[in-house]
Amino acid sequence: MYKINTIEPLWWGLFGAGGFIAAFLLPVHMLVNGMLIPLGAAPQEAYSPQRLAALVSHPVVKLYLLALVSLPLFHWAHRFRYLLFDLGIHGGRTAIAFLCYGAAIVGTVVAAWTLVRV
Amino acid sequence: MAERTIGLSVTRFRPGEDRQPVSQTFTIPYHDDWVVLDALQYIKDRHDGSLSFRWSCHMGVCGSCGMMVNGVPKLTCAAFLRDYFPNEVRVEPLANFPVIRDLVVDIDDFMHKLAEVKPYIIRDDLETAPVGFGHEFRQAPEEVDDYRQFSMCINCMLCYSACPVYGMEPRFLGPAAIALAHRYNMDSRDQGRNERMPVIGSSEGIWECTYIGECSVVCPKNVDPASAIQRTKLATTNDWFRSILMPWGKR
Repeated sequence: MYKINTIEPLWWGLFGAGGFIAAFLLPVHMLVNGMLIPLGAAPQEAYSPQRLAALVSHPVVKLYLLALVSLPLFHWAHRFRYLLFDLGIHGGRTAIAFLCYGAAIVGTVVAAWTLVRV
Repeated sequence: MAERTIGLSVTRFRPGEDRQPVSQTFTIPYHDDWVVLDALQYIKDRHDGSLSFRWSCHMGVCGSCGMMVNGVPKLTCAAFLRDYFPNEVRVEPLANFPVIRDLVVDIDDFMHKLAEVKPYIIRDDLETAPVGFGHEFRQAPEEVDDYRQFSMCINCMLCYSACPVYGMEPRFLGPAAIALAHRYNMDSRDQGRNERMPVIGSSEGIWECTYIGECSVVCPKNVDPASAIQRTKLATTNDWFRSILMPWGKR
């Protein structure tokens, strides 16, 4: 096995996983949770607050929701970090990386904390 | 009928004389079977023998005659005047490289990077393997298909010239070197992957690439360096997570 001088594979792996979720899962939730349920187009009984609360209380669902929120944040962080570089901002690359991934980590912690409390 | 002509605006830089590159315009006869390289040769023969540019084969194989033609990196032996006529053609040295003289750029940086990725077959048993008929390192056609397109690279450096990342970060290993490393990593006869991965998987390697994809657009041999880089990112990420999750594993 070989060694490399960077942990970029970690960020890129999270970026890739986040891209998958942002492309395939988030649109479904935006449609169902963001539009169909509020518009009353989904069966109201099936999505009653009590049932949703019971659903979210399950550990597997919590884990799913954490991934759903956290990974796209890392996708954004990586994309935004390189977007700034592509726009010609070369200075402070380490600081930018810290801020981007830091924001994603903070978002992940907030999401985890919220999920633990519900 | 009067002879048709075409204008060529050529970048000149004479070290010691010019402080910075200047452009000089030549008007030359137009022939629809001429390429930009022919036009430069005509200028050198008839107008100014001091015009300097690199070329060798005139048939898209050697990779020496890469220049910016109307702002796009091209092999000048494959850029026909008829695609620009009647407009003037602007010929400049390859972007992102230091200029030595006129249209000649300094390629040392690329040559060093190319050597770093060890673009040749590495085997432990090269010295000890039996030689002669029947003892060659055999390969099935499907195994050739794994790397064939990446082996078409002629080191013309058009991809470096087209790469905005290389333009901003000269330490970036760059498209062709990574594509060639990938070519040998994918070769079933090769055993040198672990020697190349620390170079191409480093922070100056694949991770600088922001997947703009211009390298693959300008390649005159239809190599797809952007794909080589993406595939290497995936492979490196798999290896990295595996080494974290299963530190005892060999691969």
